Amino acid sequence: MKIRAQIGMVLNLDKCIGCHTCSVTCKNVWTSRQGVEYAWFNNVETKPGVGYPREWENQALWNGGWKLSGKRKIKPKMGGKFRLLAKIFANPDLPEIDDYYEPFTFDYQHLQNAPASQTTPTARMSSVITGERMEKPHWGPNWEEILGGEFSKRSKDANFENIEKEIYGQFENTFMMYLPRLCEHCLNPTCVASCPSGAIYKREEDGIVLIDQDKCRGWRMCVSGCPYKKIYFNWQSGKSEKCTFCYPRIEAGDPTVCSETCVGRIRYLGVLLYDADRIAEAASTSDEADLYQSQLDIFLDPHDPEVINQAKEDGVPDSWITAAQQSPVYKMAMDWKVAFPLHPEYRTLPMVWYIPPLSPIQNAAAQGKIESDGVIPDVTRLRIPVKYLANMLTAGEEQPVIDGLERMIAMRAYMRARTVEGINATEILDRVGLDQETLDDMYQIMAIANYEDRYVIPTNHREYAGKTPFDNELAFNHRSSCGFSFGNGCSDGTSKVSLFGDATHKNTLSGKVHGK
Amino acid sequence: MANYMNQFFFGIYPYIAITVFFLGSLLRYDRDQYTWKASSSQLLSKKDMRLGSNLFHIGIIALFFGHLVGLLTPHWAYHFMMSAGTKQMMAMTAGGIFGLICLAGMILLIRRRMLDARIKATSQATDLPILLLLFVQLVLGLLTIPFSAQHLDGSSMLALASWAQHLVTFQGDAASFVAGEAFIFKIHLVLGLTIFLVFPFTRLVHVWSVPVQYLTRSGYQIVRKRG
Repeated sequence: MKIRAQIGMVLNLDKCIGCHTCSVTCKNVWTSRQGVEYAWFNNVETKPGVGYPREWENQALWNGGWKLSGKRKIKPKMGGKFRLLAKIFANPDLPEIDDYYEPFTFDYQHLQNAPASQTTPTARMSSVITGERMEKPHWGPNWEEILGGEFSKRSKDANFENIEKEIYGQFENTFMMYLPRLCEHCLNPTCVASCPSGAIYKREEDGIVLIDQDKCRGWRMCVSGCPYKKIYFNWQSGKSEKCTFCYPRIEAGDPTVCSETCVGRIRYLGVLLYDADRIAEAASTSDEADLYQSQLDIFLDPHDPEVINQAKEDGVPDSWITAAQQSPVYKMAMDWKVAFPLHPEYRTLPMVWYIPPLSPIQNAAAQGKIESDGVIPDVTRLRIPVKYLANMLTAGEEQPVIDGLERMIAMRAYMRARTVEGINATEILDRVGLDQETLDDMYQIMAIANYEDRYVIPTNHREYAGKTPFDNELAFNHRSSCGFSFGNGCSDGTSKVSLFGDATHKNTLSGKVHGK
Repeated sequence: MANYMNQFFFGIYPYIAITVFFLGSLLRYDRDQYTWKASSSQLLSKKDMRLGSNLFHIGIIALFFGHLVGLLTPHWAYHFMMSAGTKQMMAMTAGGIFGLICLAGMILLIRRRMLDARIKATSQATDLPILLLLFVQLVLGLLTIPFSAQHLDGSSMLALASWAQHLVTFQGDAASFVAGEAFIFKIHLVLGLTIFLVFPFTRLVHVWSVPVQYLTRSGYQIVRKRG
């Protein structure tokens, strides 16, 4: 057993209102630069829909994630190491920028400079890349916002697998939900596995997956390796970039920007302890339907004295063990089993989890009553088909999703009975296998969702850091010497001209048309 | 004068070019690694990339190793297996085939770089010049084939190989081997050396980073420790 700690995230989709605040704040902090205008480390999609980039869930098209090779072995779906290197000159699995969207700005200056005319001047669209006029955008990070577009196109959504989807195209049966997406910081990331340069790595102390920008050579295999398409190729720098899980904030004990600014308070951050020696075993479970369970099986109970001892031995700091014991992520994924991984069938063991949304009971108004077994309603009658959620969250296994949804409904029913009617309806709790103490905790964390309950993040320990800027001696040496340097970063070069090539574009998001 | 030019271009220029090649690469790798990349533009436009880039790379890699082995293998290392004439025929055949493969790919890539609006807008100043330089060099290389065909005894090939081998072993008299060769060979040599000279200042540096270590990486995953 080798215990490692991971910072995980849970998104409670039941509360997501699709406001895109997470996307916008993330963009302002991380991708408001040349070359990544088109990239959204966090974006919110409306489901059902094919998403951004187009059809990212269609792995027959993009070959992302892992596949079984042999009985208990896996390799990237793009192919093994030789196969992958053979694609290096031109990667057939790479999306084109139009699959995301061509980044654009508007000709704002025209509004001020236009000569007098009978009609009001307009600011027209121009491509940030070429500076050429664009008539209209064709895709974007939330193109299918609130079911925009025809059902025939949206219904290519891979989550409709094994569902008679035609009826959901009818107005009466239509359904929708929001899916905010970011890098999953997987335990078994395909991006890391497919990087020929070895530039992508998982941090041992908190599991955050990062790209070493100096080591990246732009072979662009990670872009297609990642089944969530959450690695973006910076067309200006020629390097891949991805969600950093706001590691500078996490190290200081602060939540990520997307979590901090979430107005619906849907996001949770917490530590999970897992057995790193069992990653390969869990990821290569032969039956896809068992992958959700096999992923749960590698997490360790942070209250178990044996686990605590082993964790200490493996270098997990005490503060991280304490955080793991109070982790809202562990509670929701492991104790209450209301949060699920996104597409476990990709075999990446993703670490951003989702609580499925509840939805109105189908035909309830027409029937004049809600079908139920007398205690809680029948969740298979929910407007969002359970099979759809299961295809998204549990590789098609419906029972775990049903159990999760029932617990959420039970929580509502129980609290309503208690606060409105003043009844302690324990039969509701018995029905879903919860005790009163657990339910109070669930209610506190999921419904009240106070800041300190949502974000249980231990700070990084600088005493464990070696030769980094946090190292005392090194920090002292660097004091007053680098940071606001001239020209060449922290080295001694001061020339403004680069022998090795300058950027071709300057500040593409300044609102000025390129080339003007 | 002719003697001086010959001495300069084939006795001195090679050392300048190779020095800049190594030192420039080293300095760029050390000081400015963020600029060290393949500079792929496939994301912006994939049309013609699959065919063009594959043909170009397969061709040029074969040509590079063909030249490397062909020029630097001493005669005594192979003469018991084949005559110089046979080796020359092999070089001409393989060079011709891979040269044409490379040429086909290169034409597609040059067309793409000159005509595609996105690629034009995002090209570094050196991107098109280096591509054209390689193109001219390739055409010159292909044009040497008819000249070689005029004397199939391998004498020209042996002279050029001696030049290269005397250069890398610092024997001082390398330039004399080239003096009597056809002009087209000389141009091809000078341009080839020029490619080495400009190499560190172009996207060609990605050649140094061919990710062969990927094949020997144990397993797939990489976990970095603190510090």
